[in-house]
Amino acid sequence: MLNYYPEFFRRLAVAALILIGTMPAAHAEDEQDGAVYGKFGRNRGNLAATVQANDNWKTECGSCHIAFEPGLLPTESWRKIMGNLDKHFGVDAAVSEQVNAEIAAFLANNSNNHWTEETTPLRITETDWFKRRHGVRKIPSRAWEDPEVKSRANCAACHQQMERSHFGIKQR
Amino acid sequence: MPGFKGFSAARGEVFFKTTHGGEWSCASCHTENPAAQGKHAKTGKLVKPLAPSANAERFSDPGKVEKWFKRNCNDVLGRECTAQEKGDVLTYLLTLR
Repeated sequence: MLNYYPEFFRRLAVAALILIGTMPAAHAEDEQDGAVYGKFGRNRGNLAATVQANDNWKTECGSCHIAFEPGLLPTESWRKIMGNLDKHFGVDAAVSEQVNAEIAAFLANNSNNHWTEETTPLRITETDWFKRRHGVRKIPSRAWEDPEVKSRANCAACHQQMERSHFGIKQR
Repeated sequence: MPGFKGFSAARGEVFFKTTHGGEWSCASCHTENPAAQGKHAKTGKLVKPLAPSANAERFSDPGKVEKWFKRNCNDVLGRECTAQEKGDVLTYLLTLR
């Protein structure tokens, strides 16, 4: 067949090579070192990497759920959370004043205001960026109903290295 | 304590396993067998065993004990636990094999 349509196959080969060659650029987003790079390498900020974990944060905030990285919410949201710990999503999560101040400072210093939020959501799952990255087109609704996943707050169900500030996804 | 008649593991066990006007009991997270691994009723986060027989660290830090009594009694009972209640529960947990 190659003999009959040499021109066709030559062109097909060239087209295939071009397609393969441009595929990396077609990736809408790329994640490196915790920073999210958009199209054309635009830096969308370091979403979650913290310079150094704070022990109190790790212990207190990680006792009932995974300690959510400060970079996941804007400063004002953290301030609200820390100001109402005794009524923390239906439970009493209060700490001493001293520990509260320390954790609040840590969160504020490592929070992320790069993603513009019009309101200050208390839930990470209500932030614009979360909804965008975990929308229906990216994740089927049945994924949230999987008993292994249970809820949108269960980041570790898919982001299995979250404890190391690494948001690469392990396929379920 | 006026009228104090001692602590009772049996009373502590009952207290631990019943609800107190709310949705949760202590067992909701720490399970019916406190020597077993627990699980947070809402988040699913695993909780290390509560009974010292299964987890030697438990009750070694009074500050930590007070902190968790304060939070969890508020969640389960909507108030602080009395000294009697705390004593009963601790007695129960300390005598668990």
